[in-house]
Amino acid sequence: MSREDRLNRQSKIRNFSIIAHIDHGKSTLADRILEKTNALTAREMKDQLLDSMDLERERGITIKLNSVQLKYKARNGEIYTFHLIDTPGHVDFTYEVSRSLAACEGAVLVVDAAQGIEAQTLANVYLAIDNNLEIVPVINKIDLPNADPERVRNEIEEVIGLDASEAVLASAKAGIGIEEILEQIVEKIPAPQGDPDAPLKALIFDSLYDAYRGVVTYIRVVDGTVKVGDKIKMMATGKEFEVTEVGVFTPKATPVVELNAGDVGFLTAAIKNVGDTTVGDTITNAKNGAVEALPGYRRLNPMVYCGLYPIDTAKFNDLRDALEKLELNDSALQFEPETSQALGFGFRCGFLGLLHMEIIQERIEREFKIDLITTAPSVIYDVIMTDGTEIKVDNPSNLPDPQKINRVEEPYVKATMMAPNDYVGAIMELCQEKRGIFIDMQYMDESRVNIVYEIPLSEIVYDFFDQLKSNTKGYASFDYELIGYKPSKLVKMDILLNAEKVDALSFIVHNDFAYERGKIIVEKLKELIPRQQFEVPIQAAIGQKIVARSTIKAMRKNVLAKCYGGDISRKRKLLEKQKEGKKRMKQVGSVEVPQEAFMAVLKMDDNHTKK
Amino acid sequence: MKSAYIHIPFCHHICHYCDFNKVFMKGQPVDDYLDALANEMKLTVKPEQDVFKTIFVGGGTPTALDERQLSKLVESIQELLNFHQEIEYTFEANPGDLSKEKLVILRDAGVNRLSFGVQTFHDELLKKIGRSHRAKDVFESIENAKAAGFDNISIDLIYSLPSQTKEDFIDSIKTALSLGLVHYSGYSLIIEPKTVFYNLMQKGKLPITSEDTEAQMYDTLIDQMEKHGLHQYEISNFAIPGYESRHNLTYWNNEEYYGFGAGAHGYVQGLRRANYGPLKKYMEPVNNGDLPIMSEHKVTREEQMEEEMFLGLRKTKGVSIRHFAKKFGINPTEFFAEQIKDGIRKGLLETNSDQIFLTRQGRMLGNEVFQSFIGVSNH
Repeated sequence: MSREDRLNRQSKIRNFSIIAHIDHGKSTLADRILEKTNALTAREMKDQLLDSMDLERERGITIKLNSVQLKYKARNGEIYTFHLIDTPGHVDFTYEVSRSLAACEGAVLVVDAAQGIEAQTLANVYLAIDNNLEIVPVINKIDLPNADPERVRNEIEEVIGLDASEAVLASAKAGIGIEEILEQIVEKIPAPQGDPDAPLKALIFDSLYDAYRGVVTYIRVVDGTVKVGDKIKMMATGKEFEVTEVGVFTPKATPVVELNAGDVGFLTAAIKNVGDTTVGDTITNAKNGAVEALPGYRRLNPMVYCGLYPIDTAKFNDLRDALEKLELNDSALQFEPETSQALGFGFRCGFLGLLHMEIIQERIEREFKIDLITTAPSVIYDVIMTDGTEIKVDNPSNLPDPQKINRVEEPYVKATMMAPNDYVGAIMELCQEKRGIFIDMQYMDESRVNIVYEIPLSEIVYDFFDQLKSNTKGYASFDYELIGYKPSKLVKMDILLNAEKVDALSFIVHNDFAYERGKIIVEKLKELIPRQQFEVPIQAAIGQKIVARSTIKAMRKNVLAKCYGGDISRKRKLLEKQKEGKKRMKQVGSVEVPQEAFMAVLKMDDNHTKK
Repeated sequence: MKSAYIHIPFCHHICHYCDFNKVFMKGQPVDDYLDALANEMKLTVKPEQDVFKTIFVGGGTPTALDERQLSKLVESIQELLNFHQEIEYTFEANPGDLSKEKLVILRDAGVNRLSFGVQTFHDELLKKIGRSHRAKDVFESIENAKAAGFDNISIDLIYSLPSQTKEDFIDSIKTALSLGLVHYSGYSLIIEPKTVFYNLMQKGKLPITSEDTEAQMYDTLIDQMEKHGLHQYEISNFAIPGYESRHNLTYWNNEEYYGFGAGAHGYVQGLRRANYGPLKKYMEPVNNGDLPIMSEHKVTREEQMEEEMFLGLRKTKGVSIRHFAKKFGINPTEFFAEQIKDGIRKGLLETNSDQIFLTRQGRMLGNEVFQSFIGVSNH
């Protein structure tokens, strides 16, 4: 291809994402766009095609990014190449959203015609605007009886400050307005600007591991060209490879001759080692490569940490393999080996948030068949010692003796919640309970309020979002960002089972709530840990001081004393089932502890709210 | 020497806890079923070789059959199964169902043991668990049975029934013992799926007995029985020495037995078998000359060893080391060394020169021990 051909081709490319609040119809709109551009025959059409992992379908959220190339014949008669890059839809995945946005020139903003803008959408729109993306507003679900497109149009203008006079009125479900959206993508979103003759600069915005091809990297070519046989270099790691395959997703992986400046696609290069591709890195030519890497991709640090331990200690290496495989597809996941007296060998893992943590945990159990013990999540605490040194603690059991601590600082977030004004009281009450500091409250219109609090991250990572949802009947939306560390009166609560300290059960708690929480947790553990053959005292202690205690009574009777006749197989099955249940428990000292017990600290608020 | 279990799946009333294979009797093809049962026995048994030392007719409710049907059943059994002269031949009976006429039919057909499903002597509780009989029916039936010449009589009691107190149960034990019988069974209620109780439990409408109360009930049962000279020979069974149920012992001794009838289970030539439960599915093959087998499992040698342990340990005498070694060619204290050591360490198992057996505490927590012997050979 000549330079002119390449530039001509480039002028017909449109790269965009779809920004929407969960349930506002992003997946349905993506499906309609695929349909309209004939990317798929009707038979291939599966509902919500872009959400490809089972887990995503089940939870109705997008976790992994996907990109797809589409051909669209516009009203002006020209054929355009679209790259639709999907974005995750949960607050835990802000970082992944930022990555996919950086690979685009524009974004389609989908707002529900009845519900209006939600906190989550707002956060992502600002991310897009920060990335200089052109925004195409779409008011979706206009066919619903309670749709109020004009109110939403005003909201988009007032709240975000976008010109919404040309916002498309659409119903992805009913297929209304789809063509208009495609036309606006052509007209409003600028074509990519890169130089095809410059040294290669391609941005890795995602990657996945394929057993046959090695690492498949999803790239946006910013400058230059890449084709099979090219020698390439990863700018962050310095590793060099030879390209074995370049292609695009249509949405099936389809090989192409080359990827040019402006293109979005994938490449493989027999990359075997997990650590060699870093998401966010820039790919360039091995010789005469670019001098400077692309800006914008910032590796976000995990906010939540927990320990992951195999129940079967022999599976430690399997767990490492599983984490390494997952890490490849998930740049936000961090892990390093750690040892617990109670649980043996495992990993301390860092996650973007609680949902991210649950997803990883579930994938390990489901895809890798490793039963896990997950310890309660923790944030990173800054501990300033009496001798002036400073340490970071991501595992509660590592908090030093109180005598050696000058002060402890914990991360705070700015939490933004949006809800109908009927729920202002409920939200404020919840935030106070979570040690929140009131910052601001503003009316968006007559009925909707935006509330801002500063809240310790540790309170957020537990079950804040769930409680917010339940206290506001699901009407409140929520977004947060880290704002820094503040000193708090924090203490470590240790849990003793049968008079032995179980390090994996320790947690950090604010001094003012310590007694109450201690009482709740020992009761909770009593519920969660089944009876053993002997009585098991449970104690909660701060330092040497026991603040709460409870007792699991000894098992009194467990014997099949039923008349089963000659059905021995059934008896065997029953015993097998009981035995299987035991295998899912962890032997801690002499006590068998089920998985749920290690998360008891998360369940404390059940009681708390009931009270 | 053979054993046979024969299943009569008909009931006039269905108890709220029962998950055995059974149907309401009204409108059922009872005669066809009895014919099919005879056919199955004919197909299975080899008259020259098979001499029966125990026969147990259970249900359902065998005594729900009327006199004609009952005669037909016992005649088939007599005709088709070759009795050993010291046979133990048991009929399960529902108190109140056994008329003097029926008792005579049974006695004349060689039946020499009756097992009554009494469950409790509290009429209120009987009503709550869906039983049709009342306490007075028990006294009458037992008196009639004794008068008809039956001296080997057992009754079943159930404890941890919904809303049953410990005192209720002690009353029932005392009343039961006052009858001066030679054998008693005491079962704990297990709520099984597809029962009235299970559905109530799902709705949260069933008062569940606590583990502590249940344990106390079981403890009391053992104590009271022993005090009255009825020794515990199995987790749920008590007898005057010499009156242990030989049929039930075939199960615990891990011996083979035939299972005849719809939904019956058998253990024949190393195969554990289950018959079809639904009457039609059972009768069709049998009437065409085929066995009505729904599933069949060849018990591996390892499984046999495991079963020898978890069935044998149900007996107070436990498992004979010598017998095990003779049967399997390996000493159980070697093959299950770890499990046995662990059981002893936990105070649940004990051994002497020939026996491995549960301690009193072990009887309370039997499943903890039984489990440990399962799936050992797979690892």
